[in-house]
Amino acid sequence: MGKKVLLIEDEPNIIEAVSFILSRDGWEVKTHANGHDAMEAVRLRAPDLIILDAMLPGKSGFDILTEIRGDAALGDTPVLMLTARGQTKDREMAERAGVSQYMTKPFSNADVLAAVRALVNQ
Amino acid sequence: MIGTRIRERRVLSGIRQSDLARQAGISPSYLNLIEHNRRRIGGKTLLKLAEVLDVEPTLLSEGAEATLISDLREAAGEQDDIGAELSRTEEFAGRFPGWARLLADLYRRNEGLERTIETLTDRLAHDPYLADSLHEVISSVTAIRSTASILVETEALEPEWQNRFHRNINEDSARLTEGAQSLVRYLEGAPNTDAEIKSPQDEMHAFLAAHGFHFPELERDMAGPRDVTRLVEGAGADLSMPAQSLARDVLLRYLADARTLPLDPFLGWIESVGPRPDRLADLSGVDLATLFRRLAAMPQDKVGPVGLVICDASGSLVFRKPLDGFAMPRIAGACTLWPLFQVLAQPQIPLRMRLKQVGRGAETVEALAVSAPVSAPGFDRPALMQAHMLLMPDSPDAESAPLREVGVNCRICSLADCIARREPSIISEGF
Repeated sequence: MGKKVLLIEDEPNIIEAVSFILSRDGWEVKTHANGHDAMEAVRLRAPDLIILDAMLPGKSGFDILTEIRGDAALGDTPVLMLTARGQTKDREMAERAGVSQYMTKPFSNADVLAAVRALVNQ
Repeated sequence: MIGTRIRERRVLSGIRQSDLARQAGISPSYLNLIEHNRRRIGGKTLLKLAEVLDVEPTLLSEGAEATLISDLREAAGEQDDIGAELSRTEEFAGRFPGWARLLADLYRRNEGLERTIETLTDRLAHDPYLADSLHEVISSVTAIRSTASILVETEALEPEWQNRFHRNINEDSARLTEGAQSLVRYLEGAPNTDAEIKSPQDEMHAFLAAHGFHFPELERDMAGPRDVTRLVEGAGADLSMPAQSLARDVLLRYLADARTLPLDPFLGWIESVGPRPDRLADLSGVDLATLFRRLAAMPQDKVGPVGLVICDASGSLVFRKPLDGFAMPRIAGACTLWPLFQVLAQPQIPLRMRLKQVGRGAETVEALAVSAPVSAPGFDRPALMQAHMLLMPDSPDAESAPLREVGVNCRICSLADCIARREPSIISEGF
């Protein structure tokens, strides 16, 4: 079984596409579709890497990232943030919250795959 | 000095001192004293000399000069790397007043345009409908790009996956089309034109306005949710899916209000005590918020003009029934001085006052406001609050209520020294 990736994203067809390309690459992909109880999903799944959408229903990706970094057990988990917001201030906000890598939508599958491989093998 | 400027203008115009004196109706010796700054002048003599010299009187007067020099210094300060000769500003303004005024005016105009750009950029960046629409479009594009790449790049893709991805692309392209069209409609719709239908909230309000905010179908004894569905579906293409959802919620609340306060008895009470929510509350035992909504749902020929605005705890306007003479913004950013927002901090304690918006076309109106929870609180969530503000034309009954000067929103409000101002007005800046 490959390493675990938790994909937190609310767009069903993006979930399906990203899950497919990662699964084909040997990753074990779990998904979660809202921000409200995303932290419970993170604790339950204990993933090797989290792919996190910035704009989620219930709670923003930035808030979730801050909570992850504030949690002693999860704080070191690499987080790849996907966002439709490419503004500098959003990138800076993600960096301040402790993002490992920030990727704007629309992204290429190859870039996502390369980022996941790089972040887990760091 | 004013005399020096008169002399310089005269010499520039090629007029002899004696000719200027004659045309201005003064003696040459007196003009000579003026030009050598040995006599003060003003009033009619200054106006006459300015007329003969064909210049604005302010160009000759001290105040205009001082303002001009101050503007020039400010302009030079903004571009200090150019090395304008600041020590010779007065000389420049005095010798070349036309060029100096042009430079100062261009500087002021440039400053105004910069502020306009900031305002428009801010508007685009913080427009919630635009942000949501763009997010929707980018999400659809992302899904299409990712899915299309899989179809192209994956060799020997199982038919089941192939079908699924084809279906996804079809769904997302439809969503993208709708999102893009909606964006174009929004961006192209100029204010005050028939093409102004924009956000789902706008569509919903246009639908309510087309019915006069009154729905006889929901006033019947046997009316139910199916009548709401029929009304919403009857709107056809006038309501997009998100707008249908909003309209359905509003009409379901209308239905509940109509059951609480049926039309005929309610109109009977209004006939006996007038459209006074406090007196109607005494008669009916119904809360003020429901009475406000019910009054706003009555035909105008029964209760006269009644406006209503409802906001949630974030200050977003979720319902707007306009009243002539009192303007309202579309979703957010309304004037903080409205009692609508004041009552959010004092649930169940109503406020009554007279409001006058600054600007043309505004009329004094009577405003009654109250806030109340619209959902029960839980240990894991707060109660959702809404504030209601009923608006009626000013009347002698309302004279005892305090009068407050308010705005529509900061951008188009010229209220000076306002403690609630969030941003500069584009009106006062001469947009």
